[in-house]
This record gives sequence, structure tokens and C-alpha cells, in this order.
Amino acid sequence: MSIVKNLITPAATVIAVFILLLFLVNKESHSADPNQFNRLMAPPSKRNPPPTEDGIHDGPGASMLQTPKSAFGTLPKSKSGNYIDWVKALDEKKIQPRYDRNDPEVQPIVMDLNIVHEVKGSMPNVVYPHKQHTEWLDCSNCHPAIFVPQKGANNITMASILLGEKCGVCHGKVAFPVSECRRCHSQKKKQSAGAKAAAK
Amino acid sequence: MKKYDENVVLAIVLLLSMVLVAVDLLTTRDAHAEYGDVVINKYSEAAGMRPVVFPHWFHRVRFRCKVCHADLGFKFEAGGNEINMLKIIDGEYCGACHDGDLAWSVENCDLCHSGAPGTPTQVHESTLQKLVAPTGGKATE
Repeated sequence: MSIVKNLITPAATVIAVFILLLFLVNKESHSADPNQFNRLMAPPSKRNPPPTEDGIHDGPGASMLQTPKSAFGTLPKSKSGNYIDWVKALDEKKIQPRYDRNDPEVQPIVMDLNIVHEVKGSMPNVVYPHKQHTEWLDCSNCHPAIFVPQKGANNITMASILLGEKCGVCHGKVAFPVSECRRCHSQKKKQSAGAKAAAK
Repeated sequence: MKKYDENVVLAIVLLLSMVLVAVDLLTTRDAHAEYGDVVINKYSEAAGMRPVVFPHWFHRVRFRCKVCHADLGFKFEAGGNEINMLKIIDGEYCGACHDGDLAWSVENCDLCHSGAPGTPTQVHESTLQKLVAPTGGKATE
């Protein structure tokens, strides 16, 4: 028995040192991992972390800030961004953000006008609803600097949106991201006479 | 020496190692901050303060975009606004609300200046950041 015991201590030391080494090597390799799979998709457990764990906060103030989860509990969910459907949350009056910073009674000036952009590619046409946008924004936020208020005057491409221009000034930064294709590309194209003839 | 000493030592060492490994694995290395969190590090770190983290989500629960982006003149661009503490104390930009009346006032330095040192100006989780810059909130390594 004593032989076994005498063997256990060195064995334990070796194992412990090995695990510690593994821990150190592991730490090294993580910080320099060149191939971080699925870096665009946070697993559900990593979504909406508190400021102290989100990787961009630090210092004594971080722990005093509100945690996203404590605010998002009752809000309608979505599949990207903050994982909150903000438009729905506003529609359902789950949130009542002020339109005037001092007066909670001021109501937004909402304009209900849909603009249909016929797109060149195979994607469905884009329906732009002024209604949902004017709930949040003022006309001057978009017109005339970002969008000229005139039919056909705006050359909008997905490339420019991805680079943060046009719709991309907000969509892909704070408003729902461009990965939600069908929320904009939502109107089925009418088949033109030529296309119908070609199909026959 | 008691009989079980080696076993206890072994158990403690193994447990300690496992805890270390577990902590290491669970600690987030990449930034997983909220979509739309804006880090503003235009002047902060050069002036010896932590960068500012502006949480869009927190503010949009309370105010519509128009309040800051039309009424207060915040441009739609991270780092595109000339904000400094003098202006804030004078009631411009953040100071329009952060006056100790509508929202906490400027003496709560750490609540806004709460960014991890070395984090550059950015809109966290933005399409541009995801497509162009590699992952992570920290400065490019």
C-alpha cells in the first residue's frame, strides 16, 4: 500500500502541472485563434450579457449600469440585433419612449406612406413604410441629406447599405440588421409580359 | 501523517486545476456587448479617462431616435460629433438630459466612462465592424 501511496503524490503533481500547463497553453491559443467559427452568431447563452461581462465595459461604473436582460424581459423577441423587435415593442406599447425629451405627452408626427422600390435582381421588391420610421424619427433625419425626397432620385444598392450608407446609416448599426432580408424585400414582383412569354 | 493526506492534496490540486480551466473557458474573450452600443474614444483615453460606452438600447427604451438625432443634433456617425465635457456641462449633447434633473449628472464620471481601455471608437456589432474588422471589441491586435 505504501508503494501505491508513494506513487500517488508524484503522479498527482505531474497531473496537476500538466493541467496547469494545458490551462496556460489553452489561454495562449484562444487569444490568437485565427479561425473563430461562427463569430457572427452568438449562442443564446452569450446574448445580452450584463455590462460587466460584455467585453467592452470596465471600471467601477460597469457594475452599476442596468443589464440588458433586466430591461428586455417583457419585450417581443426577434432573431438578430438586440434580439428585440423594437417596432413591435413600440406598437404594442411595451415601451413608451418620449418624442420630446422634457414632455412625455408630445405625440410623434406619423406619416403613413409606403414607397415601393422595384429592385433589379431576383429579390422581392422593397416596401419602405414611412409609418414605422416616423414613429421614431423626424423627417429631417433622412431628408434631404440621406435620401432626396423625390421618386427615382436615390440610387440605393446593397453594397452601399453594407458600407453604412443610405438605409445602412441605421440598419446594421442600431435598427434591425441587413441579415433580415425579407423585412424590407417583402413585395412579390409582378411578372412582366416578357417574362410570362419567356416562361411559356 | 494521516492516511488520507495524499488523496486530499490530490483532490484539492485537481479541483483547483479544473476550476481554473473552467473559469478560463467561461471567461468571454470576445466582446459580446449589445448591438448598437457605441464606444466613443475620440478624446477620452488621450485625456486619461476610460472610453465612453453609449448604450443605444437603454436610450431607445426611453426616448425616440428623433430626440437626440434631430433635437440635440447628434450625427448618425460614431465619432462624428465634437463632444467634450465643457459642452456637456453647458447643456449640449449628452448634457441636454444628463443635468442631474432628467438623468444623472456629470459627476458620475464612471457610469459613462466605463469602456475597456484600448477600445476604439465604434458601433459595436455593426455590419461594417463584422464585415471589415475582425471580431472583438478591443483594439486590433
